[in-house]
Amino acid sequence: MSVRPANSFIGSPIERVEDLRFLRGRGTYVSDLNRPNQLHAVLLRSPEAHGRLRGIDCTRALALPGVHAVIKASDLGARVPHIPLRLQPLPQLEPFHQPMLAFDKVRYVGEPLAVVIADSAGIAEDALELIDVSIDPLPAITDKSSADAAAAVLFESHGSNRAMVWTATRGDADAAFASADLVLKESFRVQRHAAMFMEPRGFVAEWDVESERLTVWGAAKVAWTNRRILATAMEIPETSVEMIEVDVGGGFGSRGEFYPEDYLIPAASRIVGRPIKWTEDRREHLMCANHARDIECDVEMAVAKDGRILGLRGMAYADIGAYFRTNGSVGPRNVAQFMSGPYKIENIHLQTTQLTTNKTPSGTYRGPGRFETDFIRERMIDLAAKKLGIDGVAMRRLNLVADADMPYPLASITPYDSSTELDSGDYHHVFDLCLEKFGWNEKSALQGKLIDGRYHGLSVGSFIEGGAAGPKEDARLVLETDGSLTVYLGSSAVGQGLQTIMTQIAADAMEFPFERIRVLHGSTSHVTEGFGSYHSRSTVMGGSAILLAADKLKAMIRESAASKLGCAASEVQIDGETVVTKGASHPLAGLADKPLEAEATFFNKKYTYAYGTQAAHVSVDPGTGHVQVHDYLSVEDVGRMINPLTLHGQAIGGIVQGLGGTFLEHLIYDEHGQLLTGSLADYLMPTASDFPVIRSITLELKPSPNNPLGAKGAGEGGIIPVGGIIANAVANALSHLDVQPMELPLSPPRVWRLIRDAQEAKRSM
Amino acid sequence: MMKIEFEVNGKPVSVDVDPRLSLADCLRSELGLTGTHLGCEHGVCGACTVIVNGAAVRSCLMLAVQASGDSVVTVEGLSNDEALTPLQASFRKHHALQCGFCTPGMVTTAHALLTHEPDCDEDRVRDVLSGNICRCTGYVPIVEAVLDARAAYGSKGE
Repeated sequence: MSVRPANSFIGSPIERVEDLRFLRGRGTYVSDLNRPNQLHAVLLRSPEAHGRLRGIDCTRALALPGVHAVIKASDLGARVPHIPLRLQPLPQLEPFHQPMLAFDKVRYVGEPLAVVIADSAGIAEDALELIDVSIDPLPAITDKSSADAAAAVLFESHGSNRAMVWTATRGDADAAFASADLVLKESFRVQRHAAMFMEPRGFVAEWDVESERLTVWGAAKVAWTNRRILATAMEIPETSVEMIEVDVGGGFGSRGEFYPEDYLIPAASRIVGRPIKWTEDRREHLMCANHARDIECDVEMAVAKDGRILGLRGMAYADIGAYFRTNGSVGPRNVAQFMSGPYKIENIHLQTTQLTTNKTPSGTYRGPGRFETDFIRERMIDLAAKKLGIDGVAMRRLNLVADADMPYPLASITPYDSSTELDSGDYHHVFDLCLEKFGWNEKSALQGKLIDGRYHGLSVGSFIEGGAAGPKEDARLVLETDGSLTVYLGSSAVGQGLQTIMTQIAADAMEFPFERIRVLHGSTSHVTEGFGSYHSRSTVMGGSAILLAADKLKAMIRESAASKLGCAASEVQIDGETVVTKGASHPLAGLADKPLEAEATFFNKKYTYAYGTQAAHVSVDPGTGHVQVHDYLSVEDVGRMINPLTLHGQAIGGIVQGLGGTFLEHLIYDEHGQLLTGSLADYLMPTASDFPVIRSITLELKPSPNNPLGAKGAGEGGIIPVGGIIANAVANALSHLDVQPMELPLSPPRVWRLIRDAQEAKRSM
Repeated sequence: MMKIEFEVNGKPVSVDVDPRLSLADCLRSELGLTGTHLGCEHGVCGACTVIVNGAAVRSCLMLAVQASGDSVVTVEGLSNDEALTPLQASFRKHHALQCGFCTPGMVTTAHALLTHEPDCDEDRVRDVLSGNICRCTGYVPIVEAVLDARAAYGSKGE
């Protein structure tokens, strides 16, 4: 009796199953769906950044043939529902929740005012032109200085544009600063930019009048949470709502959070009694989907003569825009809690103040708070090394957390108190490996050199990437009567290859052939509860849930087989097609009369921390301020790789997004709160000709002790240190002028101005 | 409404359209060819790229009525059977797609390029693809996939 060789899909570069439909134009994204008898929705949005809403006159719009309704706040019931917070839902933040439609004040350009329902999106857009909106303008608050000057406050009941403060502490910062040989104090800014996924947001919602049930196509990321929010706002039971996930054109933290349209489109379907379809256009996306980053930070670093970092102290100001969105505190909180990164910094007192302004509300974008804080920390290390006259490479090596220090606690954060610790890693090994693979020693002769009119610079820095947020994830495995396996999962796909990765994990756990497994995910009917895809959690949480459910299902199969084959359950082996025991076997197909089902939940309180080091070689044209990236290398240890192909893709893609945020991407407002970058011709993203040389090496050095897979959440790491690494490389290239970038993006005009200012300062000396 | 006749993926079609309807909307909503995606509707992202009389064209910037008498190929029309074309297979092999939304525009743009210039070099590939935005991959694997597919278009090799 031979048993098939054991599966080894985990760790193999399996080509994705998703690709077969995507490459032939057979994906199903939400705007590809249509329902019989459907109408189309278009939103009327505020043209003013701040003001009192006096009236909306829809008379002319309603007279346009093909227009069915214009839904205003007064049509949503006695009290307009507001969007609650998904993460860090502090009660004191309730006044800052966004209403589904503005009703008394408008607080940003693009804020929803009404929903036009018509036979086609074109007619609904025509109708928008016929609506008269009356708003009494108030002064627009557009940055920290205007927020503090408070010519107007966004929320009068709160009385200030400073909404709340996060505080991260560890050890005794003041004592560390008192004993330091060097105290460095600097200010930094990271510009507002955004996830900018390629498929615009959209929904198709269908309210069934007879059964009072709602179906929503276009769910993403956190379908179960959003079902709860939607059912509460519509005052119907959660079980009356089905959220269906179809193919999703990118997420990066922003898609799938609950936006006003998540309620408005289903509510419109109930009001008009017909299916409603809505797809945003790119301009709406730029001014309505979550923005991110936008911080200023005054920070101090205490350092000993030998380069040991003794403490960090400071205050960051996060401009979160007009409302607290579902996850609007994650980035600002992370700025305070994760400033120390992979370095052993024992004394920390860092705060972030969240400011409300008349700009689009913000939320998470890949590496929230970490991209910002890595820019600040890596710049501070280089500035301190320069002041002390020591080598930045040596200073980093001296301060990295050692393997022996693991698990290593980070600063604790309050309010909504949380503590976390780095789980495992050999940070020094990865740091040295990155230098070796980058060719640091060979390339270091280029540092600061002028070659063919361009100054060359190198830099290196390390990072950590948090993942695997709890509390839990569900998986249900079903052995169908035909012997195939169906995996139902609470995780969501946002373009990361979830279907392939989960099939690999299930195939190895069950010892099943790859083709005999079907993965269904993201829709609220599949499992009791689901938590979705955020905080790089799907693989670890969903994958671990599959392992647990597989153990249960295998036990059930063995028992079933034992009674069929007349042996003990412990003697039964499962080989994917058959169950085998001494001298007898039975195909899995037809083993039981009805499908065998096992559901399991993986609970997790501890985060995983993937970690790594990146290095860059750039050159700067002093005449134009243009920076060219000649080489960029990332080395990251993720504990355990499920699919090297997809993981490598995540790393490279993340780095290039980070280069976009470092050089190009900027959501710019004028002093009236008007968004000036309302198209992709104004909001610049990386293209194929910008950054040709990007390299990535992924290691499986130190598995996470916190989950049965040993995997660490990965996929955000690439983006995290890019701003800091590039800014240091630019500073090193221009060290003869002592150019010190303290603000992103490093656009050609900004770099050119830095060079000009440095030259003028040098001349006047 | 105007009646127009043109060829899509080798088959003649005849549709009544609003003069203001874009070719992209016509393909998607009138002809059910939803493989052509709309990412920006202002001609920057390239997701809606289709091949009109052999040239890569942004179907969001072209009116359906302008396609009258033309031959249009969409991503659905690149292969006639269940197998991936060599270019599509190369995209899969190199993991040149993640969310898949920009992919139809990438594949049609690359197909038009390689059809005319099977010997193009990496700089040329990057230059031509710079009209299509991909947010997921960082372009490295897309460029590798296109270069690797040149042989199937009769490249004499470098």
